[in-house]
Amino acid sequence: MPRAGGVERPSRPATQAMVSLATDIVRTADGVPLKVTLRRVDRARKLKAVALVVPLFLFILLSFAIPIGVMLFRAVDNPEIAGALPNTVAELARWNGDELPDEATYAALAGELQAAHKSKTLGLIGKRLNYELPGVRSKIMAIGRAVTKIEAGPYKDAVIGIDPMLGERRLWTVIKSAGEPYTIFYLLSALDFERTQDGDIVNVSADRAIFRDVFLRTMGISMTVTLATLVLGFPVAYLLASLPARTSNLLMILVLLPFWTSLLVRTTAWVVLLQTEGVVNDALMLLGFVDERLQLIFSRFGTIVAMTHIQLPFTLLPIYSVMKTISPTHVRAARSLGAGPFVAFWRIYFPQTVPGIAAGCLLTFILSLGYYITPALVGGPTDQMVSSFVAIYTNMELNWGMASALGAILLAATLVLYLLYNRLIGIDKLKLG
Amino acid sequence: MTIADRQYVEFIEVQKSYDGEILVVKNLNLSMRQGEFLTLLGPSGSGKTTTLMMLAGFEAPTHGDIILDGRSISNVPPHKRDIGMVFQNYALFPHMTVEENLAFPLEVRRMPKSEIEEKVRRALAMVRLNEYGKRRPGQLSGGQQQRVALARALVFEPKLVLMDEPLGALDKQLREHMQLEVKHIHQSLGVTVVYVTHDQSEALTMSDRIAVFNDGAIQQLATPNELYERPENSFVAQFIGENNRLPGKVVLVNGAGCTVEVTGGGVVEALTVNVIGVGAQTTLSLRPERVRINPPNGACANVFPARVEELIYLGDHIRARVSACGQRDFVIKVPNAEGGVGLTPGADIAIGWKREDCRALDPS
Amino acid sequence: MKAIPALTGLLMAGTAAMALTVAMPATAQEALTIVSWGGAYQDSQREAYYKPFAKETGVVITEEEYDGELAKVKAMVDTNSVTWDVIDVDTNHAMSGCDEGILEPIDYAKVGQPREKFVQGAALDCAVGTIVYSTIYAYDADKLKDGPTTIADLFDTAKFPGKRGLLKKPFGNLEWALIADGVADAEVYNLLRTPEGVDRAFAKLDTIKKDVVWWEAGAQPPQLLADGEVVMTSAWNGRIFKAIKEEGKNFKIVWDRQQPDFDFWVIPKGAPKMDLSYKFIAYASDPKVMANQSKYISYGPTVVDAIPHIEPATLEHLPTNPENLKTALPIDAQYWADNNDELLKRFNAWLAQ
Repeated sequence: MPRAGGVERPSRPATQAMVSLATDIVRTADGVPLKVTLRRVDRARKLKAVALVVPLFLFILLSFAIPIGVMLFRAVDNPEIAGALPNTVAELARWNGDELPDEATYAALAGELQAAHKSKTLGLIGKRLNYELPGVRSKIMAIGRAVTKIEAGPYKDAVIGIDPMLGERRLWTVIKSAGEPYTIFYLLSALDFERTQDGDIVNVSADRAIFRDVFLRTMGISMTVTLATLVLGFPVAYLLASLPARTSNLLMILVLLPFWTSLLVRTTAWVVLLQTEGVVNDALMLLGFVDERLQLIFSRFGTIVAMTHIQLPFTLLPIYSVMKTISPTHVRAARSLGAGPFVAFWRIYFPQTVPGIAAGCLLTFILSLGYYITPALVGGPTDQMVSSFVAIYTNMELNWGMASALGAILLAATLVLYLLYNRLIGIDKLKLG
Repeated sequence: MTIADRQYVEFIEVQKSYDGEILVVKNLNLSMRQGEFLTLLGPSGSGKTTTLMMLAGFEAPTHGDIILDGRSISNVPPHKRDIGMVFQNYALFPHMTVEENLAFPLEVRRMPKSEIEEKVRRALAMVRLNEYGKRRPGQLSGGQQQRVALARALVFEPKLVLMDEPLGALDKQLREHMQLEVKHIHQSLGVTVVYVTHDQSEALTMSDRIAVFNDGAIQQLATPNELYERPENSFVAQFIGENNRLPGKVVLVNGAGCTVEVTGGGVVEALTVNVIGVGAQTTLSLRPERVRINPPNGACANVFPARVEELIYLGDHIRARVSACGQRDFVIKVPNAEGGVGLTPGADIAIGWKREDCRALDPS
Repeated sequence: MKAIPALTGLLMAGTAAMALTVAMPATAQEALTIVSWGGAYQDSQREAYYKPFAKETGVVITEEEYDGELAKVKAMVDTNSVTWDVIDVDTNHAMSGCDEGILEPIDYAKVGQPREKFVQGAALDCAVGTIVYSTIYAYDADKLKDGPTTIADLFDTAKFPGKRGLLKKPFGNLEWALIADGVADAEVYNLLRTPEGVDRAFAKLDTIKKDVVWWEAGAQPPQLLADGEVVMTSAWNGRIFKAIKEEGKNFKIVWDRQQPDFDFWVIPKGAPKMDLSYKFIAYASDPKVMANQSKYISYGPTVVDAIPHIEPATLEHLPTNPENLKTALPIDAQYWADNNDELLKRFNAWLAQ
């Protein structure tokens, strides 16, 4: 017997075999319980499966999960003041907030501002406090310079002498709240809320409230674009799916043509077409449809036209591939059963395309939420979407907390919509082809 | 003329071409009675499905007219023809339950809800699927789906039902079972059925009459029995059942009979069916089960020496391949009767057949 | 015959590339990565600084482009993986980068020019000024015969109907709005430090809001003018000058209340080749060398001593030309560092109204 270890293994007595039968343990030919062998075989298969997935899993972890985690963390992370003014923050923990802090707190602040001036980190403190108290940045810089001249205590009056602001509770409230390791300040700001001196959460004044509008606008533009791609793409997908392969392949190339050029090129092409002295206006004037040139570019109209163009294939392709799987005999069957052309389409064909519509629309909607360059180039002043503010805060303002908060809220809003979608349509209905 | 004898469906000089060059259906004339089960049988590309689609209204005839119940339907759209149809892959609506599928033709006819429910219930009972009304087609087996498709095509009580190879996707056993079921339903409801298939045994089992299609034209339209026993041309003889084909030349025509000199050697007495006259080429068609081994003297008009090449045991009968009349694949079916057949490969035997079992057809 | 100059140009470029390669020294220290804003501006830096510096010192210069995303520098400094040696930044980033400790403090002894030799505001703690550019506004003289001359004209849609282009930031626009509303130059920032002043500026902007096309990238204004999308537009003077000089446009610059500002050289904190970086900045701050840059682009020098080395014909197009400087309105960088965040929100809220 070529079995490994077969020689050493004593053959099982018949009685024992009877016992194992009696206790219902099924064994393989060489006496190992069947379950053990099965588990061993399964384990090998599972390991192989895991080995196949690990590279992608690591890639997604590193390039997707961790960055999103970091982003969510940064939206509440608040290290600046706690790092630069640790003693002051510690002293303020005792402060009741009703009157000015005590001498020890002022001494701690003076000491730490002196140190910060020396190590040139005053700017960081100023910048962080400036988010909550506009204009305080330059004062902190000036205070930092002046405070080095105070050599000995008592500090309280001396420090207040530098700038009366240091004798107001407002600044201390801000230092205290900015000194906490985690903050909801960025998240509140990203939703146009702020905290009053007493800690109440209130709406910011109307002339500084922008983000709620921006989020609604982002959702609104994305939905409009999604709807437009659906209305335009559905008939084309239907045509493609019902034409013979040769013709439909040719048309498919035309549909995919936009993918062959970069987003920026396509957007710029729309600038050329839509501008006041552009091709579309020239044609309209020439044909006498309009008397004066229309404002097509730098408007919501332009944004939606350009985005719709770019997104069209994303909506169309899933619908097309689902339509391809719908047997044409279904409509024939409906017709033979007495349904007119419209009823056959609406009750039989259309419901079967819903998974494709859902997939295409979800794809386009989510991609549209992230649009940035196109609204910037062809949109008007009121067409900026959330991404452009994320970019401004990330690249220009270096306010990564704010950028992260905007990103986190957009992510949350998208997830809410997704759950809503799942509730209404069901994610298992989603079909890409 | 009784109602049952009235011509219910008529094709009058119908032609169909897709590309303007080739006629897919050539000058089709066909009529059928109400309540008849007519099968269009033929190889793929023979025009049988196109004929069905023209009747259903999904294809328009290029020329000619189709009459249904005395009215020309050339300009009637499919949904107004009131023709039930069962499709090759059932075409059940996957997003609807079985009940909804069955209710669909009734809903589009705006029947009252209670009536719909009643009819759906009865239709389900007819195909013995009462318990399956709430399921989706995807949750049913092939045979069950087929029965739902059948029920759906019948639930709105059409006078005419078309079936386009409805059993093609089922396995053999289920197919045979369903053949009988369809046949019984047809008999009990009395609807007129036009059935398309390429399976000759299916056609023979179910049909009142069979139209054998080839090359866009009906080769023969007859009852199954007639078709098998008396094929009118070599295509039909070949397509329906098995037959031995002996090419030859007519040397003498004598009323119903004729004498043919077989190309491989030998002179055969045969029935004159489809020959032009003396001197014409012909194909003799002979069913394997009509050939007798070592026939007694005088029992057969045709007797030839043969050598057994191969024996295949098939249970109820034995297939013997012999060389005879210059043919190496002459087939004989020998019933597996008591006592065996007593053939051995390599044995020299005599084979014979009667004149009326051998039909002189067109050369092919 | 046209092919020949092109070919020669190609050959010269090839030779230059070869010269750079040949000059490549054995040690890795002799390479420097310099980052700037691309386009015509970086072209001028290449001609005026990079090529002659490489030729003189044998240092290989690797050029990179960015769009002013200081975020990249911050990320490099935070992760201690600085690969950029010298960066060209604007005033806002020169100051905020210094405050946040992501830029190296400048030792002016190593720059070769004392701080006093720089134009007021061009020598910062962490940044050495390299050019004076200006935000001006311009119009197409082919389309407007009697063109605008003052900032008030920019806001006067009755006198000059049509769209105007403005930078899509509050920066600079608020100042012009107050000037157009009759505020004295010296009072502009005092007023802007009060809520009433900001309200007044926005109120003035309100009067032209529906006639404004907002631009974001420096290349847009000359294009908007050329396409006829706007009758006049604010712009950076070098961009307009380039369109006049190279594309033959009949654009006219209005220097009234021009907003001169600087671009700076900075060294990221922890940059590995500090000495070489200083060597480059010192070279680029040499008056004679610096004077050369205005041959390639109409931006002015930041070192006072460079002015005599510039040809008078060129000088008149520079923001630093005394004639152009008469009513100049320098940007208060401190004000914007303090208030940009708030004003940006208010500006965007105002835009959306």
